Amino acid sequence: MDILSNLALGFSVALSPWTLFLAVIGCFIGTIVGALPGLGPSNGVALLIPITFTMGLDATAALVLLTSVYYGAMYGGRISSILLNIPGDEPAMMTTLDGYPMARAGRAGDALVISGVASFVGALFATIALALVAPMLARVAYLFGPAEYFALYLLAFSTLGGIASKNQAKAALASAIGLGIAMIGLDNSSGFTRFTGGNLHLADGVDFLVAIVGLFAVSEVFVFIESHGKGSAIGVKLDRVTVPWREMWGTRWTMLRSSVLGFVAGVLPGAGASLGSFLTYMMEKSIAGAKGGFGTGVAKGVAAPEAGNNAAAGGALVPMLTLGVPGSGTTAVLLAVLMTLNITPGPTLFANNPEVVWGLIASLLIANFVLLAMNVPMVKVFVRVLSVPPQLLLPGVMMVSFVGIYSLTGSYFDLLLMVVFGIMGWLFRKLDIPTVPVILGILLGNAMENNLRRAMTLSDGDVTFLFSSGIAIGLWIAAVLGFVAPLFLRRIIRRPEVPDHAKPAD
Amino acid sequence: MNVWTGKGDRIFGAVVILGSVAYGVAALNLQVGFMTDPVGAKTFPLIVAGVSLICGLVMVLKPDPDPEIPDGATWMRLAIAVATLVAYAYALRPLGFLVPTTIAAAILSYLIEPRPRYAALAGLGLAVGLFVIFRFVLGLGLLAWPRGF
Repeated sequence: MDILSNLALGFSVALSPWTLFLAVIGCFIGTIVGALPGLGPSNGVALLIPITFTMGLDATAALVLLTSVYYGAMYGGRISSILLNIPGDEPAMMTTLDGYPMARAGRAGDALVISGVASFVGALFATIALALVAPMLARVAYLFGPAEYFALYLLAFSTLGGIASKNQAKAALASAIGLGIAMIGLDNSSGFTRFTGGNLHLADGVDFLVAIVGLFAVSEVFVFIESHGKGSAIGVKLDRVTVPWREMWGTRWTMLRSSVLGFVAGVLPGAGASLGSFLTYMMEKSIAGAKGGFGTGVAKGVAAPEAGNNAAAGGALVPMLTLGVPGSGTTAVLLAVLMTLNITPGPTLFANNPEVVWGLIASLLIANFVLLAMNVPMVKVFVRVLSVPPQLLLPGVMMVSFVGIYSLTGSYFDLLLMVVFGIMGWLFRKLDIPTVPVILGILLGNAMENNLRRAMTLSDGDVTFLFSSGIAIGLWIAAVLGFVAPLFLRRIIRRPEVPDHAKPAD
Repeated sequence: MNVWTGKGDRIFGAVVILGSVAYGVAALNLQVGFMTDPVGAKTFPLIVAGVSLICGLVMVLKPDPDPEIPDGATWMRLAIAVATLVAYAYALRPLGFLVPTTIAAAILSYLIEPRPRYAALAGLGLAVGLFVIFRFVLGLGLLAWPRGF
């Protein structure tokens, strides 16, 4: 079997003491980052990228560290959802619906254990599925030419705009702004700079790390200054943690079903973990029916979204690694990691850098077990993190952002640009404009334009070339459907009410 | 229909329209070399400008309900925060890490929770703590003090 020898290669990389150490550190930091309200997987990873690079880690090490943080944050997000009724990150929002009522009823420990195990099941399933599906998709990706890639990028933007947001126009605008920013700087084909306004600092274009840290981390500080301690929800104490075996066993099918659905939701380009937890919660709610008592604090209500969002987190890695198209905000950030490391995701990644891909997959398998240990028996350690006050945490986040970007680029101009992106992030959040498409636009803009230009060069300017293959037509149809269908579905499917103070924190 | 509902979206939409027109004009005036592909350097930016123009129009014509608009004091605090960060960005190189970080972190802490003593201690603690982590644990090349100190 091919996959076994690949995994053996992966484990030979992952089991080296240094990589193992990084994975454990990553899991630990990730769980803290996830648990802290106001820091989620995307801004947690964003904060750490510049520092990781300045430390001079090699590609595998950096990727292992940052994906462990990513997985860890997906686990940790549930802690503040359950104890504070504030989701630690956006995908954990659905966990508040049943987690907080459970905690109010004195069952915080049970909720944490069940959701922790559900996270493990979801993440483990997704990692195994990733190992099986990704190589197959990588083989399909060989069939992709410029026309197909152009349609694929379009699909990512349209599903992100269609499914993940409430207002199509705003999501499309966010994508356009990101693409517009990506155009700034040197044009590879003509050799002239574009849209720099003569500013030399902009000749290299806008560094996407600056944009990511600004939009995801700096904006958070403005949000907290505005809310000014408002909305600090009532916390619930955690007494002792026991394992409710019987109740957990009762959720086994919920966990498995949710893992499968979550993984599929994660693989769809542009959909991501929030969609995964939303879909799985709705699925389990309708399976259980009115008698299920969803929303009043039932075990299945925390098991479903947690299995779902962790499975989706793994699933989102599939399109990111095989096609270079991220499935969520955080995988967009991870794509930025790869691009900075000069690794081109796509089928060639599997052929040329097998040690990176399989080392990553093996590390994720190990990370899952580490995370299970951290998040079930040792969960009390992380609960203590919740008592860090925002007036200490947020200035800290800000300083880490500044030092990270400063030590990476050494330019005060980039710091100013980061502040501008921070203000933009705050304003966009105020106006309910999603920021993830902006990042995606900045990341994919040049690749998207280059593929369009290459396609047109190949066909000598014949536009129909864009629709000339089955794959391309399929992607175009999916893109149009992904953007338009939610307009109609939104009337049928309503998002369940989320309490005001439980708004997504990232 | 009240014109003033959704003025946040309307104003922003108007800004977007102006911005996309400016972007489009800038795209039309781009320098083009002799050798160029059928698409050229202008087409893609023009498409982007077109899409955002449409989105801006939609926002003006069909705005969402307004978000909670901050009051005067909050605007003031946000302005102070931005000014602090801009000053910090300029100060980091000439003045070294410790002094600007202490001051900037303290100001931010005070803006989130106005407790002066706590803020001052938080600023100092963050500056020293982060410096130790960055410099000695992670090995980043940060300067503690201004050069020549």
